[in-house]
Amino acid sequence: MIWDWAFAFEILPVLASAAIVSIEATLIGFALAASLGLVLAVVRIAVPWTGWTISVLVELIRSTPLLIQIFFLYFVFPKFGVVLDAFTAGVLAIGIHYAAYCSEVYRAGFDNIHRGQWEASVALNLSAWTTFRDIIIPQAIPPIVPALGNYLVALFKETPLLSAIAVLELMQTAKIIGSETFRYTEPMTLVGLFFLAMSLVSAALIRSLEGLLNRRTMR
Amino acid sequence: MTEQPMVRFDNVSKRYGALTVLDGLNLEIARGEKVSIIGPSGSGKTTVLRMLMTLETINDGVIWVEGEPLTHMERNGKLVPADLAHIRKIRAKIGMVFQSFNLFPHMTAMQNCIEAPITVLGMKRADAEARAAELLDMVGLSEKKDHYPSQLSGGQQQRVAIARACAMRPKIMLFDEVTSALDPELVGEVLEVIRKLGREHDLTMLMVTHQMGFAKEFSDRVCFFHAGKICEQGPPSELFGAPKNERTRQFLHAVLEAG
Amino acid sequence: MGIRTLVAMLAVALVVIGALATQESYKVFMPGLLQGAVLTIEIAILGSLLAIVMGVLAALARMYGPAPLRWLATVYVEIFRGTSALVQLFWLFFVLPQFGVTLDAFLVAVLALGLNVGAYGSEVVRGAIQSVARGQWEASTALNMSRPQMLRRIILPQAFVAMIPPWGNLFIELLKSTALVSLITLSDLAFKAQQMNQNTFKTIPIFTLVLLMYLAMSLVVTIGMRLLERRASLGLARGKAA
Ligand SMILES: Nc1ncnc2c1ncn2[C@@H]1O[C@H](COP(=O)(O)OP(=O)(O)OP(=O)(O)O)[C@@H](O)[C@H]1O
Ligand SMILES: [Mg+2]
Repeated sequence: MIWDWAFAFEILPVLASAAIVSIEATLIGFALAASLGLVLAVVRIAVPWTGWTISVLVELIRSTPLLIQIFFLYFVFPKFGVVLDAFTAGVLAIGIHYAAYCSEVYRAGFDNIHRGQWEASVALNLSAWTTFRDIIIPQAIPPIVPALGNYLVALFKETPLLSAIAVLELMQTAKIIGSETFRYTEPMTLVGLFFLAMSLVSAALIRSLEGLLNRRTMR
Repeated sequence: MTEQPMVRFDNVSKRYGALTVLDGLNLEIARGEKVSIIGPSGSGKTTVLRMLMTLETINDGVIWVEGEPLTHMERNGKLVPADLAHIRKIRAKIGMVFQSFNLFPHMTAMQNCIEAPITVLGMKRADAEARAAELLDMVGLSEKKDHYPSQLSGGQQQRVAIARACAMRPKIMLFDEVTSALDPELVGEVLEVIRKLGREHDLTMLMVTHQMGFAKEFSDRVCFFHAGKICEQGPPSELFGAPKNERTRQFLHAVLEAG
Repeated sequence: MGIRTLVAMLAVALVVIGALATQESYKVFMPGLLQGAVLTIEIAILGSLLAIVMGVLAALARMYGPAPLRWLATVYVEIFRGTSALVQLFWLFFVLPQFGVTLDAFLVAVLALGLNVGAYGSEVVRGAIQSVARGQWEASTALNMSRPQMLRRIILPQAFVAMIPPWGNLFIELLKSTALVSLITLSDLAFKAQQMNQNTFKTIPIFTLVLLMYLAMSLVVTIGMRLLERRASLGLARGKAA
């Protein structure tokens, strides 16, 4: 028999608890990506001479495979006497990788702010910090929320890479089940269905969010 | 025997959802006749041309072109929606010039003018080029034939568009506000080409225009549209000289005031 | 980033790789890594070709195909976009044999990556076709062209230009995803890195070289696509400044 329902139901609880690890990795990784990305984008504007360095850094991170970055962080920290567990090292790598993407999104958001907003802030003698916090960021963020959402989904779909350093997330768990029972069909397919379901739901959410934002800006 | 009209709108209606844009339109255009359509914004002028070009479907009625239904065909004595082959056969008689030119940006003026004659009419390249050269000459752009649209002024682009439409040898030409997107000083050169076309070619022309002066001097008949209906029509001298309808008077007054 | 900066970065990356390769502690790794890089490049090229074919076919099927084809294409796109590349790779590698279909790991790699990126590519193709101004369709209709004539002669040549930058990004994504094939026993660049690292624990030299090699490959793709874009848009924007 190709598909065994009883087996599928048997492994479901194990996979479900592993899914929680995947989701944790996603949320922590994205929190890191979103905040670090914002920092990069703001620093680039606030401290102009960093622009070039940040560009090169972002290009470097985006041009090399996440898997290699995960390995690198996992193995390089011990060289400096810092031992990170696999989950921490992996999530850190994912967070940094996506921070590079997010910083570009923020940058586009800032670029869309009309120059007059900066000039008005100068005219009102607002400090750079206040200008960012109260004038620029509140206007720049809402339009880019859908783009950030897309990266959240993309990041989520890359969490299976953590299995390469044996983090017990969804994919690693499925692989272990497979190698122990010699049945890969059910665990792998269930993992695929889980990702598919989550992606479809988030795509729908992002679309309705976009609709909401469009209506808000059209008022 | 009365001659078959070139185009006949027979009780044609067009709706977008709840909005009725054209309401039971009846309009006949004779062979060779030059008809101008004027009227306030949103009155359905563009829609009339777009329906005739089959860029819009119609909800009710029949459009006849030289006695043949445009988007219908007869089967067992009844009119049924036409298939694409029939539509393309009838559509071949009609050409259109757009307000925004719509030239193909990846092709030179010459290539724009020979593309459809070669692919659609199956003409030989040499023949198509010879005719395109003639037409580009007629619109006064022989020396620009190897220029891309982005290298041409608006007026020049619109003249290429006219040559391109003519290259398909249509019997009916539709012009939708073809000078509205142009800087004022470029309007004249395009109108001059249209005049020339009217003189030298045996074309039936239907044009939507805001150039009242041109409509008055050029057309055989002017139709004033209001809210999806022909409110008043007649020879330009009458319609402009002594409009009978109050709406027409108001519109002309407003337009002349602004102009 | 401007094309000059990119070329400069590529030059720097290559020079640094070359300089490191002369150092005793780095030298030993070079032959193995280069071997891996060749496999990486092979998979990336074949995967990209498959992705282009699938992207165009799926887009056309979704936009103009008859209902069953449209449905099939939509299912393909949703599944391959909705699950992750590694899941697809493992599924083809571990599950397909249980259905009696055992494919060579190399073939699995090309298939999984090509199908995955092709699904995203179909959205790019679709978006580019839809981005062609409506007036272009209308003018082609007014000239009585048939739908295939319009697509081939008017719409696709214009859409092509709009497609180049997003396809460039997809090729980069595909190139980076090739690292995943190291997890299904293929000895690509990532695999070699991991293997050497386990044997020697010389993490820093190995990964520095590997990261630079991936960077160089990505930059070649980016620069190539920029040049292609420049060439292709020439016809569209020729003499815009004139
Ligand atoms: N695709 C569409 N969907 C919904 N409504 C439409 C659409 N196209 C046109 N309309 C509506 O149909 C009406 C007639 O439009 P049309 O373009 O024919 O007007 P017009 O007389 O050409 O006006 P103008 O002088 O501004 O060009 C308008 O109220 C317009 O809003
Ligand atoms: Mg109009």
